[in-house]
Amino acid sequence: MSTMKVRKRSNAPIFWGLFGAGGMLAALFGPMLVFITGIAVPLALLLPADTMSYPKMLAFAQNFIGKAFIFAIIALFMWHAAHRIYHSLHEIGIHAGMFAKLLCYGSALVCTVISAVVLLGLGF
Amino acid sequence: MSKRRPYVRPMGGWWKKNPFFVEYMVHEGTALFVAAYAVTLLVGLVRLGQGEAAWNGWLEAMKSPLSIVFHLVLLVAIAYHAITWFKLFPLTMPPMVVNGKRLEPNVVVGGGWTAAVVVALGLLAVVWRIAQ
Amino acid sequence: MSESQKIIEIEVLRYNPESDKEPHREVYKVPFSDDMSVLQGAQYIKDNFDGSLTFRWSCRMAICGSCGMMINGIPKLSCETFLRDYYPNRISIEAMAHFPIEKDLVVDLSGFIEKLESIQPYIIPREARTLEQGEYIQSPAQFNEYIQFTSCINCTLCYAACPQFGLNPDFIGPAAMALLHRYNMDSRDGGAEQRMQLVTSEEGVFNCSAVGYCSEVCPKHVDPGNAVNINKINAAKDYFLRFLSPKGGSK
Repeated sequence: MSTMKVRKRSNAPIFWGLFGAGGMLAALFGPMLVFITGIAVPLALLLPADTMSYPKMLAFAQNFIGKAFIFAIIALFMWHAAHRIYHSLHEIGIHAGMFAKLLCYGSALVCTVISAVVLLGLGF
Repeated sequence: MSKRRPYVRPMGGWWKKNPFFVEYMVHEGTALFVAAYAVTLLVGLVRLGQGEAAWNGWLEAMKSPLSIVFHLVLLVAIAYHAITWFKLFPLTMPPMVVNGKRLEPNVVVGGGWTAAVVVALGLLAVVWRIAQ
Repeated sequence: MSESQKIIEIEVLRYNPESDKEPHREVYKVPFSDDMSVLQGAQYIKDNFDGSLTFRWSCRMAICGSCGMMINGIPKLSCETFLRDYYPNRISIEAMAHFPIEKDLVVDLSGFIEKLESIQPYIIPREARTLEQGEYIQSPAQFNEYIQFTSCINCTLCYAACPQFGLNPDFIGPAAMALLHRYNMDSRDGGAEQRMQLVTSEEGVFNCSAVGYCSEVCPKHVDPGNAVNINKINAAKDYFLRFLSPKGGSK
């Protein structure tokens, strides 16, 4: 029997799970979403000019599925990015510890809360 | 007395020392662009919550040349994220077994890329359908 | 020696703990033939220029795992890397990255040995069997589940390739995880729960950020990076499901 040191359990699975989910969403939907919201609609390419008009977007954000989609995209993209940036800071030698952690994951949390509040405020 | 004095080399700049690590840092760096896009969308969502005039202001801002260029950069960076995300699947995922045989790494990666293209086109089709 | 004798410059990172504050580079001009490995180049230096040059080696045929070093910055077994492939350029050799240098090309592997021990690298029987019950039966399919991970020769090139190990020497690391996975995947073994405490700990798999260079440099195609990443999934399951079915793992 080897010496069984008592080891501290890592809470990483929470952040790793959010990172993975966000990374997957970003890989599947990211490029096309950027194209639609940032290029196609503004330049009226391919899609009707009123694709993202106020009534349409409001209806989308009030629809349950639309709400969930917007929330998942914004929140999980942020958690994905926060996790990678936090690790990258450590990798380039900025071991700011708690401060870096709060800055990265804190930003993700703030964005998550804001998007939840706005989406709930828009009603169903 | 021991004459041992193990020397620990510093890690500073490790990622510049090997092209493999440089590529790693580049694909990790796509996170900055993913975050930037999420924040752009969040601003849009907040403007949507503030009513029609605010939303239309955001839509106008998205039409500025600077915004278009910004989104072209986002497109490249996030597409690179998508490419590398699936390219890592043979490393990050358990072996996929079909009919008792392990899928070759390039089949796994190709499957991921295909899924990404299908989902992207599906998304475009859904948006196009809703917009009609 | 004929006049056409080729000579290659070998730059060696030297470090003598008794006299040097820090490592320094020295260049040796080594005559070589096409069949000479980098290891033989080091041996030539030791035999002809400086008998104090220190390095590890044994089998000369890529199976003992002793002679790993950084060759032009890349972790390789020096016995299966040939001088001819670098000539006429200078070749630089250095002790394996991320480990403390003991002397010259020799690194301190004691941390790795402790990690190997900590994963309980032996079969912890799933069920106790008496001699009368006979041997454990294993199908070829069950054998295939783990055979790849038995090929590890503990050369630790994967640690020299892993920046996360360099940044946090406590990280359990690729080779130890590959061996842990080898036993977990063995149908005769029932020790996965005991080993889970280590996998899920702060020294465990979540130090890995999927750089993947460990699997790239592995001379035996063990794919230790895959073992680490599969165990992230196992660790996450353990983390989230432990409340549903508490068993094993750390508290």
